[in-house]
Amino acid sequence: MKTSTNEKKALLRKMVEIRLFEEKIGLLFHQQLIPGFVHLSIGQEASTVGSCSVLRPDDYIISTHRGHAHILAKGAEPKYMFAECFGKVTGYCKGKGGSMHIADFSKGILGANGVVGGGFPIMTGAGFSIKLRGTDQVGMVFFGDGASNRGTFHEAVNMAAVFKLPIVFVCENNRYASTSPAEKMVAGGSVANRAHAYGIPGAINDGSNVLAVRDSVAEAVDRARKGYGPSIVENETYRYKGHFEGDRQRYRTPDEIQQYRLTRDPIDRFETLLIDEGIATQKEIDAMKAAVAAEIEDAVKFAMDSPLPDPHEAMQDLFVNP
Amino acid sequence: MAVRELSCSLAMAEALKEEMERDTTVFIIGEDLVSNGGIFGQFRGLPELFPDRIIDTPISETAIVGAGVGAALTGMRPIIDMHFADFVTTAMDEIVNQMAKIRYMFGGQAKLPLVLWAPDGSGLNAAAQHSQCLENWFVHVPGLKVVVPSEPADVKGLLKAAIRDDDPVIFFQHKKLFNQTGPVTEDKYIVPLGKAAVRRVGTDITILTYSRMTYFCKEAARELAQKGIQAEIIDLRTLMPLDFATIAESVKKTRHAVVVHEACTTGGFGGELSARITEELFEYLDGPIVRIGARHVPMPFSPVMEHYVLPQVEDIVAGVRKALRR
Ligand SMILES: Cc1ncc(C[n+]2csc(CCOP(=O)(O)OP(=O)(O)O)c2C)c(N)n1
Ligand SMILES: [Mg+2]
Repeated sequence: MKTSTNEKKALLRKMVEIRLFEEKIGLLFHQQLIPGFVHLSIGQEASTVGSCSVLRPDDYIISTHRGHAHILAKGAEPKYMFAECFGKVTGYCKGKGGSMHIADFSKGILGANGVVGGGFPIMTGAGFSIKLRGTDQVGMVFFGDGASNRGTFHEAVNMAAVFKLPIVFVCENNRYASTSPAEKMVAGGSVANRAHAYGIPGAINDGSNVLAVRDSVAEAVDRARKGYGPSIVENETYRYKGHFEGDRQRYRTPDEIQQYRLTRDPIDRFETLLIDEGIATQKEIDAMKAAVAAEIEDAVKFAMDSPLPDPHEAMQDLFVNP
Repeated sequence: MAVRELSCSLAMAEALKEEMERDTTVFIIGEDLVSNGGIFGQFRGLPELFPDRIIDTPISETAIVGAGVGAALTGMRPIIDMHFADFVTTAMDEIVNQMAKIRYMFGGQAKLPLVLWAPDGSGLNAAAQHSQCLENWFVHVPGLKVVVPSEPADVKGLLKAAIRDDDPVIFFQHKKLFNQTGPVTEDKYIVPLGKAAVRRVGTDITILTYSRMTYFCKEAARELAQKGIQAEIIDLRTLMPLDFATIAESVKKTRHAVVVHEACTTGGFGGELSARITEELFEYLDGPIVRIGARHVPMPFSPVMEHYVLPQVEDIVAGVRKALRR
């Protein structure tokens, strides 16, 4: 797929926004300003940004417990996300969801999900809905290597294949499911391999190369949009932080993390490419990063200054017709 | 007998160690058990001692719970780690239609000596999908025993009893109590299923409770005592089988009762207790039985709302005064 100069700059900016957002969340969590559980996706930016970059605003995504990046990449605003993570009333879900449960239905973000594998069947339903309504929307469901072992994955992929539903299953294989290495837990060599069993395309990408991801996902999205059915796209990636903030990470070595950071960092790699191609100078990139950092600071300030919910608001939103 | 102060997670690890040493058919199956000794440190030290009997699986709850059923049917004593109690929903067929029914449906031919261990409860700002108390669902299904301990000593003794029991036991342990410490004796004792514990003796009202709410009730009882109300606290410890004799003895004495649990009041175990006491002890009652539990919404994330939804000490105090009409 052709990616223009401006699109390339936008890809880098979005990856930087996600990185800075996540780093800030981590910091605020350790300052005990963010309650609950927090799962960060630092290191996985190319997979997420490349995938969402080929979606239209009216397309759907479903995210996971590690969902901030997906939601940002689909166009959500950092300030309402911070507010949600703080449990403030101005958050996307009025403080009812928190880090693990952010949604913006107006942008096709059908929600992050705290139940691993909870999103697959729901996206099947969105796929039927798209077909029945006769639109050419596409649904993209993000999931981890670990989630590919839930029965819901296999049921949903099979059903999507049987009915040629317009769904792209994007696996962000970061090599671990909590403490468990994918190489021990995923039979058959890869998640993408499983596509063959269901007679649909399965692609494996270098998940730290944003353009490679973008090209591969574009094909899958195009196929879905044209009515040819679902695909599985597996992006090989890596999370730098623990499974959750506070994870002791006995299942891997600091050296392994360092290796990824030094040799496969998606942002560093793309920056180098843009400079080599003469698309941006280091100075421009630094200025862009400073601008994004300032936006993040503003967003945090908005969240900090926002009020907590009135406790009684807990009783609202249960039913449409109580 | 030597007594140590142990946390619930250490008490749990000790129970598991004793039972795994005693019986080689006991094994543990679930997700992320080995590294870090489980997500709550509840298996600390065990993977080194029993490397073949602590099995880390893929994220496949349906198969994990089903595997527990199959292994129990064929001579093993599995302990199934549900990771979070909320995820029982991903294996409800295995629990409700298989585990609970196999023995009865096949005319008593089989036995299912298994424990489904599930950390439950809120208070960690973990929001709607990681905070539930679902014990009453399982009390409602014939064929399952349900355990809800509060103290470290009971975690140890009841878990050992659950492992040795020949029937399926759903063992809920509250997440906020993992670090709760209490005296635990060094011997290899057992706390039998189906026996409640009187935690405080009182004459004016019976407070029936379990799990984390036991601690809230103790605090409420201290406040009530200052107002001249002496509450008797019964920690039920197991809901199925239920120690109704201990309940009846107390209610006959105090003539009043409240029920306190963290699960939603509506449709919760408190309704069952209230109905049973009314049916069997009506002539002893001098007032209505009051239920105290969570408000009827999924658990909201924001700490201020979570606090509001959960029953608090002041709600228990108010509930007791309502029951006593003073
Ligand atoms: C049904 C279910 N089982 C277990 C969990 C606990 N859990 C949360 S995230 C996680 C690991 C998920 O791994 P993966 O799918 O690879 O995603 P990643 O965390 O690597 O992004 C586990 C076991 C859960 N939330 N839901
Ligand atoms: Mg993973």
